[in-house]
Amino acid sequence: MQPRDPFNDPFTGEESGRSIIELRGISRSFGSQEVLRNVSLDVRAGETVCLIGESGCGKSVTMKIMASLMQPTAGDVLWNNVPIKDRSDEELVRDRLRFGYLFQGAALFDSLSVFENIAFGLRQNTKMSDEFLAELVAERLKDVGMSPASAQKMPSELSGGMRKRVGLARTLALMPDIILYDEPTTGLDPIMIDVINTLILKTRKRRPVTSVIVTHEMSTVRKVADRVIMFYPLSRLEPGQPQIVFEGTPEEAFASEDPQVSQFVYGEAGERMQELALL
Amino acid sequence: MIEFVQAVGDLALFATSMLRWLCRGLPRRSVVVECMYEVGVRSIPVVLITGMFIGMVLAVQGYQQFHLMRMETRMGAVINMALVAELGPVLAATMLAGRVGSAMAAQLGTMRVTEQIDALRALGANPIQYLVVPRFLSCFLLIPLLTVMADAIGVAGGWVFSTQVLGVDATYYWHYSTEYVAAWDVFAGILKSMFFGAAIALIACHRGFNCGSGAEGVGQAATSSFVLSFVVILVLDFFLGMFLNEIYWTLWPGPSSFV
Repeated sequence: MQPRDPFNDPFTGEESGRSIIELRGISRSFGSQEVLRNVSLDVRAGETVCLIGESGCGKSVTMKIMASLMQPTAGDVLWNNVPIKDRSDEELVRDRLRFGYLFQGAALFDSLSVFENIAFGLRQNTKMSDEFLAELVAERLKDVGMSPASAQKMPSELSGGMRKRVGLARTLALMPDIILYDEPTTGLDPIMIDVINTLILKTRKRRPVTSVIVTHEMSTVRKVADRVIMFYPLSRLEPGQPQIVFEGTPEEAFASEDPQVSQFVYGEAGERMQELALL
Repeated sequence: MIEFVQAVGDLALFATSMLRWLCRGLPRRSVVVECMYEVGVRSIPVVLITGMFIGMVLAVQGYQQFHLMRMETRMGAVINMALVAELGPVLAATMLAGRVGSAMAAQLGTMRVTEQIDALRALGANPIQYLVVPRFLSCFLLIPLLTVMADAIGVAGGWVFSTQVLGVDATYYWHYSTEYVAAWDVFAGILKSMFFGAAIALIACHRGFNCGSGAEGVGQAATSSFVLSFVVILVLDFFLGMFLNEIYWTLWPGPSSFV
């Protein structure tokens, strides 16, 4: 890995607050099922953005498109104001390493130990000595509150919370400038949710990173978000209504009088109960 | 028909991508060695058992017919020719498609469903280079060895059963075998097996990479990988057999008679 010059680094740079990821008119379909329609948003350097919305409204798909792990059916993705389609394959792979991605189920490699999982990106992209690699892995494990002894465990031996933390350690190992968290707290107990939220905050305090978090957990939104973007499922949109129904600070989200926003934020089913014919 | 053309085109693009990454450089040695152990070493028992029994089955089935014509001593030629030219390679490939191909499709399918393939890309690794190239190399390079083993144990099984149980004269059995089974036949069988190995790896990896969601998707990927591989093995066997026969007759023209 090349050492970075922060003043010439297009992803960190000194201009905090400028657009670092931009989606322009993104649409995405799976067969005949349309998930995203004409979505435009931007993520600014140094901020933490939470993407919220009902299950199936396209938040995770949006995040995969942001990281170029999935191609949109229509529209453009810009990294640092340059469309990714203008990048060569090599540039795309190199720039993608600026992104750290914490997957929903952690996506640890089953056949590799915790150590090998965390060291994977480093082995793949650097020529570090084994000693240095061991030191670095131990450091990353410490960052996420795990003992060095857990490095020899296999992913199948870990609990859900531990898997998420190992996933985070693996994500942090490559020192990414932008971290994308896909439902980092889903399926965890309240204590572990707070542990993960604190780790997200600590990561940001340790060095300047831009974070995008897909979550349903409003405690995460309250604790870590600078900005909230709310998606709505296409099937429930009014004709002509944009898919992003809210964009603002967490305080604005909690104070919103728009029922589409307030019902989600406060977890109230409202007219959905009638729709689901459960009453 | 359009779907079929689309599927073939998709597989061809997948194969092209795999070849491109193969030319760019080999994956880490430890990854290739692990794959080769799984594909090669762990397939040996099943290939040996099926190879031995197919040799003996040929002897059982052939004996009655040859005995009626008082030509039992020619059995070796038929059994061994069938084994080295057809049954050895096809059997080894079928075992590989069942044991290894299905497992590959299921493993890669699970990796797809659990986002491990996306994680590879996110960590700067190319999934084709990291996952497909080692599996392709393992199948392509090790299936000839498995075929040779299947051939050898089948020949031994047929010989033991014919001479020790059915009472066929061992000297004539070998005499006619060596007279009619040429090095070309062994070579043709091994050459065909390399095509089978390549097809099995590509189909299995392609199925895994394009797996549907959930446990059902993984199961379907594993099943369709085996079914498609088996069909392709037989189709390839037919066309390669014709092609290699043409080459043989071009290189060594002349009449041939069994009796």
